[in-house]
Amino acid sequence: MQRVTELNELMRKKAQMLLENGIVNRIIGWKKGEFIYDRTPAVFQDSDELSKLIYDGFCGANLSKYLIQESKKEGKILALLKPCDTYSFNQLIKEHQINRENVYVLGIGCPDMIDINKIRSKGFKGILKIEEKEDELIIDTLYGQKRIKKEKALLEKCLSCKGKQHVAYDELFLIDNMISDNGSINRSMPDCEEASGLKKVGIASRDSRPKKDPYEMVEKIEAMTPDERFAFWRSELSKCIRCNACRNVCPACVCVKCIFDNDRSGIASKANTDAFEENMFHIIRALHVAGRCTDCGECSRVCPQQIPLHLLNRKIIKDINEFYGQYQAGADTQTPGPLTSFKHDDVEPYIIMRKGGHK
Amino acid sequence: MPRIGVFVCWCGSNIASTVDVKKVAEAARDEPGVVYATDYQYMCSEAGQSMISKSIKDHRLTGIVVCSCSPRMHETTFRKAAASAGLNPYMVEIANIREQCSWIHKDRTEATEKAIVLARAAVAKLNLNNPLTAGEIPVVKRALVIGGGIAGIQSALDIAEAGFEVDIVEKSPTIGGKMAQLDKTFPTLDCAACILTPKMVDAARNEKINIFTYSEVESVSGFVGNFNVRIKKKARFVREKLCSGCGVCTEKCPSRKAENEFNEGLDNRGAIYIPFAQAIPNVPVIDTSSCLKFKTGKCGICAKNCPSGAIDFEQQDEIIERQYGAIVVATGYKLISLKNFDEYSYSQCPDVVTSLEFERIMNAAGPTKGQLLRPSDKTHPHTIVFVQCVGSRDTSGRGKPYCSKVCCMYTAKHAMLVKEKYPDAEVHVFYIDVRTPGKNFEEFYRRAVEQYGVNYIKGMVGKIAEKNGKLIVQGSDLIANEQVVIEADMVVLAAAIEPDPSARKIATMLTASIDTNNFFTEAHPKLRPVESPTAGVFLSGVCQGPKDIPETVAQASAAAAKVICLLSKEKLLSNPCVSHSDEMLCSGCSNCEKVCPYGAISFINKTFKFAGKFEIRRVAIVNEAICQGCGACTVACPSGAMDLKGFTNKQILAEVDAICR
Repeated sequence: MQRVTELNELMRKKAQMLLENGIVNRIIGWKKGEFIYDRTPAVFQDSDELSKLIYDGFCGANLSKYLIQESKKEGKILALLKPCDTYSFNQLIKEHQINRENVYVLGIGCPDMIDINKIRSKGFKGILKIEEKEDELIIDTLYGQKRIKKEKALLEKCLSCKGKQHVAYDELFLIDNMISDNGSINRSMPDCEEASGLKKVGIASRDSRPKKDPYEMVEKIEAMTPDERFAFWRSELSKCIRCNACRNVCPACVCVKCIFDNDRSGIASKANTDAFEENMFHIIRALHVAGRCTDCGECSRVCPQQIPLHLLNRKIIKDINEFYGQYQAGADTQTPGPLTSFKHDDVEPYIIMRKGGHK
Repeated sequence: MPRIGVFVCWCGSNIASTVDVKKVAEAARDEPGVVYATDYQYMCSEAGQSMISKSIKDHRLTGIVVCSCSPRMHETTFRKAAASAGLNPYMVEIANIREQCSWIHKDRTEATEKAIVLARAAVAKLNLNNPLTAGEIPVVKRALVIGGGIAGIQSALDIAEAGFEVDIVEKSPTIGGKMAQLDKTFPTLDCAACILTPKMVDAARNEKINIFTYSEVESVSGFVGNFNVRIKKKARFVREKLCSGCGVCTEKCPSRKAENEFNEGLDNRGAIYIPFAQAIPNVPVIDTSSCLKFKTGKCGICAKNCPSGAIDFEQQDEIIERQYGAIVVATGYKLISLKNFDEYSYSQCPDVVTSLEFERIMNAAGPTKGQLLRPSDKTHPHTIVFVQCVGSRDTSGRGKPYCSKVCCMYTAKHAMLVKEKYPDAEVHVFYIDVRTPGKNFEEFYRRAVEQYGVNYIKGMVGKIAEKNGKLIVQGSDLIANEQVVIEADMVVLAAAIEPDPSARKIATMLTASIDTNNFFTEAHPKLRPVESPTAGVFLSGVCQGPKDIPETVAQASAAAAKVICLLSKEKLLSNPCVSHSDEMLCSGCSNCEKVCPYGAISFINKTFKFAGKFEIRRVAIVNEAICQGCGACTVACPSGAMDLKGFTNKQILAEVDAICR
């Protein structure tokens, strides 16, 4: 835990310096929540508040979406973005949702994020403390100490990590060799004084862990018969309590007024009054974010019912890649989206119809 | 409260024989808002229209549903009828119970049930209709003709004759098209060049006609009366203004290996070349794929020899952007590839040629200077076999299902020309049917058989193989019911024709429809044969379907007439069914802007008061004069802020609900 404390200290110092230099007037990061593994996104206005800033393996929350509202406010905000968060950030820039001038992006290294649900699903209760030791997590519970391999407890998105490179940043921080994605050493840092300190405690910028194929489960579902597939989704989606957490956290859900909240849309409803609602809500939502979803996995992470919502998005991403060529939403702010651009060699609609989910 | 009238048309027996029209009217009477429903034999007739007008007045109707044919057919008719009775024309809905119902069902009960559902959907939609008013849009008084063959030239000449500017865009280095390659033309046997080249000259000299050769249409945006077209003028590497067309460069060019496209690859040309002597413009072009200067950096002999310094190796492609009021598609045809027809040994035997190659061989300006010589050994062939329907009328999937229409006649022409020049030649023609529906066509064919003694054999060829310098043609004679084997010196294949490969891309750019064979579809096969369903786009020549020269010229002039009608209008009525953005729902994501094919959407920053605070938001605005109401934005918009007047999301959902009820 020594390392985490040190990291946090450095991060606070860095944030404080940017505050004091007047580069930013507030900071968006994470603070401790109710349970020891809860990390809540929070905006810090001054040095006193900054003491609550925390960054560790539980900071899975993607802060990009908060910048929509934050960047409308007066002054520049310092945003601590993990590599995968920057994809959402870019996508939001592309959709004119974030006022780029009002954000100072500090690209921070990512130590891979822990999925508390995976730990809990092992039957560990009364969790008091979780510590990382090499490739293991040591968990103190009311009922004694438990251990779990870290890779068994990672967030789904981290298992098929998009890479440790930031696709948008003003400055990189807490990355061991401070190499930006084009290979050149980043010299845009206003403070080089800490650079020597960084090397010791920084987070690896290259990831050697073998990545899981993000479409493994999608392929399994594709291989099902239509009846099996229907049953699978019916059973998953019927767990939905329409708490709207997935929608509210999703960085692609940026509508001023969501159609599900618009009485005039004809599909608005707050409660899952019938089977159609619970099934269609997620499917309509997946289609609305199609071509814009960066696969950040926030929908599944926040789902209190643990519905694997990201699979809907991944199915669409997989189809888009097959039909229109490889595309990663948010990889940059320029490339036209596959569903909002037309090329003469685009796949013909009848091919899509013929394929329809079957190989 | 809406007061809706429903009018069910029998369409003679077209609808009434499969749909119980009385029952449809009866069922419609129970629908919400409906106060009157009736049926009539021909709703589109004078009597039918008067009935509609009278009912609107008598029953104080606020909207009408006409259950009849496709709205493509008579929506305008019924809108006019409604307007004549003082009803807003956009308070008319059509339920298509003919094309989408009576014509596709056999069972009367089923068809009636479906017609009722369709009527119900139209009523549900009409209940949500709002009166709309059409605006006016100006017309750019210039036409674009895509393709510079005989069709394009004729259309351009006629449009120019009426006093309008016309641009011809031709992808090859010269205008003239396929007709320029032909030798003689049926049924009069006058030479193609003698009738085509003066027309080419006319087009070139006409002040109103602007010819862009070696150019391609890059993109098309806009709409009827106001098309925005980007034309890519490919680099010729010869400055047109300086070149005198002396041809020294083409003679001096040391590269002689490129296939001469104009002669169908029967001989070679230099890397810098003029396709043929009468080409327009008479300016060479450098084919960079065979030019030594471009390939190795060394050479430049053409530049050294050019007396006017016109060669420019640095020339770049140029993009020209122009506005047009109307577009004529005249993209023409090509012969199909014979790769699926191995039995004719086309790829193995040089003496098996296509009909177009044969045209070049017979042409006085062709590779043999008009002498009939076999490509393999340059000797006179004695026995010649013509095979018709190579890939035409083919339902096996190897060729084309349609009849190429011109082959029967040109084969008779070829046979006759051979016999005329070489009376001792033996000429056989294999055919499925000889089709001669045209003025003087049958007489022409009879002359070939009776006067020239051409041997017509009803049957197809099964195999052609080379043996000792001869081509062994094995076929069947269906009339004699026997197999025939002919030792021929030369075989000519009447390969099917297909639309030029550019057709598909151009159709996509113009949002004009094409059929399964890539022929452009006409707005109505009988009543609007030269118009595309896309307003402002007209069809000329073989791009619409196989045609001979007289038919092509007739259609070209017809298309020109349609263009002239359009360009002579000062203003056009715009379509009021356009998109509209609800700024209270718009989050400014730009999805709509990206999918808009017309560039009708832009964004403004607008201040809103929300929960007591002021907030600046980026919101979409639609330029209604540019919007064509395609609806792409409404589907791209996640929040439903974009909606299409006359086809609102709510109206569509109401229709779906009514159908599913």
